Amino acid sequence: MNRAIIITKKKLAALVCVLALSCFICAALAHAEGPSGKKEPTVSATARSYDADAMRIQGEQRYRANCGRCHAAPRKFPPRMMATVLRHMRVRATITDEDMRLVLFYMSQ
Amino acid sequence: MGSVLPGGIGLFLFLCLAAGLAAAQSQDAEKPIPILTGTAGYFNFVTAGQNQIDEQINPVLLVPLGDRWLVEARMECEGAFQRPPGGGPYGGEVSKNLDYAQADYIANRYVTVTLGRFLTPFGIFNERLYPIWIRSLQQDPLILPLSAESSDGMMLRGGFAVNPKANFTYAAYVSAIDTGHNNLQSDRNAGGRMSFFFPSTRIEVGASFQKLLQDTRTNSFGFHFAWWTTRLPLNMHGEYARSNQGSGYWVDAAYRLSQLHFWQKAMRRTEIAGRAEQFFLGSISADEAAALGLQPANTREGEVGLNYYLQDGLKVVGSYARQFSPAGNLNLWSVGIAYRFLIPLGPSGAR
Repeated sequence: MNRAIIITKKKLAALVCVLALSCFICAALAHAEGPSGKKEPTVSATARSYDADAMRIQGEQRYRANCGRCHAAPRKFPPRMMATVLRHMRVRATITDEDMRLVLFYMSQ
Repeated sequence: MGSVLPGGIGLFLFLCLAAGLAAAQSQDAEKPIPILTGTAGYFNFVTAGQNQIDEQINPVLLVPLGDRWLVEARMECEGAFQRPPGGGPYGGEVSKNLDYAQADYIANRYVTVTLGRFLTPFGIFNERLYPIWIRSLQQDPLILPLSAESSDGMMLRGGFAVNPKANFTYAAYVSAIDTGHNNLQSDRNAGGRMSFFFPSTRIEVGASFQKLLQDTRTNSFGFHFAWWTTRLPLNMHGEYARSNQGSGYWVDAAYRLSQLHFWQKAMRRTEIAGRAEQFFLGSISADEAAALGLQPANTREGEVGLNYYLQDGLKVVGSYARQFSPAGNLNLWSVGIAYRFLIPLGPSGAR
């Protein structure tokens, strides 16, 4: 049976408050990350500061540990696709920031 | 036919258009691009001798924006067709649901803020094991309907290393909208999940909690574990959940036969899977349970399956289950094929 979406004015106001609060939290957290809202370092920037071979080994270990928890290990995709997939998995599977970067480095080689 | 979902379809198409625009953002070799991914599947489920043809396509749209944003959405279009009791051609409903349509803001290494409609983080099956190319057995666990599948509101989540041997992950959410709409079902509730993952042993353990903020205002809680063994190609998962509607658990295991020394080429593509589960009806009637998708009586079930991976993202599946219940014991067979597709919506950086 179809019922109409039930959203009263009170609920709408509550939703707007939640959205406003979340925007505030986003802004506060972004500010806390860096004084000028600096960008996250890219894989290239990270790669320059570590040995590439060590990163690749670490990346493979993290890849096996994290990806295999839920599904069969996927094959490698082109770098820009992998970057999107890894961002998605960071959110979906709450993979840590470091794991995501190392797995991305390994999967982009 | 099920009811149409103009709002959900419209939103999904809008996001597809936005993805095309976002693809033109940058040609940087490492910049993420929008992707249209998802699953398609065709299955035959035979329950107590009654055949059901199940066809589904579940597109997922991923649109990264800048360095910190991700807009993602998943639709579930599923047709379930059966012959009428007196015989005749197959007929049935096609359901269309918007599982999630959310904007994620990666604030820092500890926090990601999610707004919109999202999968309820209760246990691990709903969020992580649900897609048909991931799950090792195609039947849903009996306790899956105990928690809301989707919520509308806001969520904070993240994962970080607390020391070199353990990662901590969490999700906390408020679902602010109660919709009675068939295809956008959600309740007002709040809850969360936390877990520890130990990378060296690949073990994850965690707990979930949910408080319904309407009607009966009841609580639900659950525990989960996952273990991807280091010595064997063996993957194990399990969940326990309890609410006023009922309680129960499931434990499953999937083992790749890659270690066998014969027929190596075929064996490393073959997986055997098994699941044991039990459901106990709570303080609701059998009719109420059936309406929620739960079993109308206490139920035990054992299931075994065989999966063959033709290639990455494409597998043929088959399973047999035996269900024991005061309402009647029955056999459940399934056979089918599951496919995961991945289409770049911009220059992918392929060399």
